Amino acid sequence: MMDDIVVSDRLTKRYGDRLAVDAVSLRVGRGEVYGFLGPNGAGKTTTLRMLLGLVRPTSGTAAVLGQPPGSPAGLYRTGALIESPGFYPYLSGRANLRVLARYGGHEEVAVAAALELVDLSGRADDRYRTYSLGMKQRLGVAAALLGRPELLILDEPTNGLDPAGMADMRELLRALAGAGQTILLSSHQLGEVEQVCDRVGVISAGRLLTEGTVAEIRGESSTLLRADPLPTAQAVAAGLVGAAAVSIVDGALRLAGGGDRTAELVRALVLAGVAVHEVRPVERTLQDAFFEMTAPTGPAERAEVPA
Amino acid sequence: MIGSVRAELLRLRRWPALWVLCGSWVVLNLVFGYLFDYLSYRSSDGVGPGNDGVPPQVLLDGLLPDRVPVTMVQGLPIFGGALLLILGALAFGSGYGWGTWKTVFTAGPRRGTAVGGTLAALGVVVACLTAVTFALDLAASLAIAAAESAPLTLPGPLQVVQGLGSGLLIGCMWTGAGMLLGTVTRGPALSVGLGLVWALVVENLLRGLADALGSLHVLTDVLPGTAAGSLVGALGAIPADDPGGTPGVSTILGGPAAMALLVAYLAAFLIAGLALTTRRDLTS
Repeated sequence: MMDDIVVSDRLTKRYGDRLAVDAVSLRVGRGEVYGFLGPNGAGKTTTLRMLLGLVRPTSGTAAVLGQPPGSPAGLYRTGALIESPGFYPYLSGRANLRVLARYGGHEEVAVAAALELVDLSGRADDRYRTYSLGMKQRLGVAAALLGRPELLILDEPTNGLDPAGMADMRELLRALAGAGQTILLSSHQLGEVEQVCDRVGVISAGRLLTEGTVAEIRGESSTLLRADPLPTAQAVAAGLVGAAAVSIVDGALRLAGGGDRTAELVRALVLAGVAVHEVRPVERTLQDAFFEMTAPTGPAERAEVPA
Repeated sequence: MIGSVRAELLRLRRWPALWVLCGSWVVLNLVFGYLFDYLSYRSSDGVGPGNDGVPPQVLLDGLLPDRVPVTMVQGLPIFGGALLLILGALAFGSGYGWGTWKTVFTAGPRRGTAVGGTLAALGVVVACLTAVTFALDLAASLAIAAAESAPLTLPGPLQVVQGLGSGLLIGCMWTGAGMLLGTVTRGPALSVGLGLVWALVVENLLRGLADALGSLHVLTDVLPGTAAGSLVGALGAIPADDPGGTPGVSTILGGPAAMALLVAYLAAFLIAGLALTTRRDLTS
């Protein structure tokens, strides 16, 4: 069984009448890159703040690296970037990291390594207030990486980055993940999560709708087939892959599952006198699954919180 | 805790606002403590009272080295205190605006340790400022004494300790007040504004009202400014109501009572600020 280093049990935060986070139970295993997906205002940041001890839960419990949220024993082994980075504007990037290294009890040589890792060494001695949004974000990640933490909690780390910066950040995250770094990554960038994460939790309106691998969340791909006559084609396909796997969508056949039997199906259709006009795989994306789950009239309103 | 103090000292010593505030205090202290009184002394005929009714010899006596422990703190109840209140409010309030408290609180130390580090570093700043003020005032007084062929008698060790201790206590109390305001308001602007209105306006208005409504003295006699002014008055500074007196200086409370009240205020400000910081959600 995987060693869970982030565990929350029915974590809940209420602000007055508003329920910001509703009984969220999630687990992040050691060495895993866990994507925390959700639209803006879904409760991602509040959940991460609770895991870091910045916000006290109204109810529920959590443990990070086996410690209660906000305890120094856990925080010293955790690197975090929550929402926008917060630094002293009059200090350089390097001086800001030196201050944080002293707070965190890290060797100051870690500062240069962290700056190098996020490709900020060239501007490290410039004042923070002169940095672009992307540079500020990279400095935030460098601060999180100080002291080589066991767990990285990153809240929207590609915010404000240009496409090249986003690609660099993903590359960095992949490199860290490849080195066994555990990462809890909150994002509403579906492509980012799809490319980087091993497992995903989807949150909407404060509730964790589902948790699973990217493939599990994405669901099965299908095969689209345009043929004539359609009823004959449907009967032939149903005989081959089963009626439950065949449906008609927008005047075409939709076959659930991958395309393992496509050649066999086309051959059967041709032998049955069916004219086959188009056969193509339809890949389901994380975005498809995400929109289905978080749509106002979709399962978001019906979903049960996972136990 | 040591790490937090070192971290705060690193960032404070590179903070322009700190140098502006400390520099302002040093300049104002020299200008109001020495320059204006010395110009007043030099412009008098040396026999009759000056413009403010103070005999020239009294003016000169106040500028000599043995009076440094008093002169160095007589500006603290009003503008020195206000400047240090601003320092405390900015040091704590700005952290919410910049988001640095959030960063620090996720860097490892307990909130209480991090805040304690900032308080200790600010205490070091106030102590250094008090020592620098003493040194500069001593240099100014020695120069005046030499120029006027006056006695170069240095203050006794007890007087020096009393002056430095009073300066440190009053300075820390006002810095603590700023810290609490910065924490309560979670921002620099409102905390500075409220603090200045309180220290420079509200306390004085209340004292004015108390002169008309005697029952208000129960309140005004224990205000932070009253305690600071009384401690300076107990050291021998001329009260504001007397000819040539210093604004903010009073003799309402005795020295020990004033000191006890200042310690109580300082403790209350620090405990309230710490409790608020450690218990409150950090959502910005």
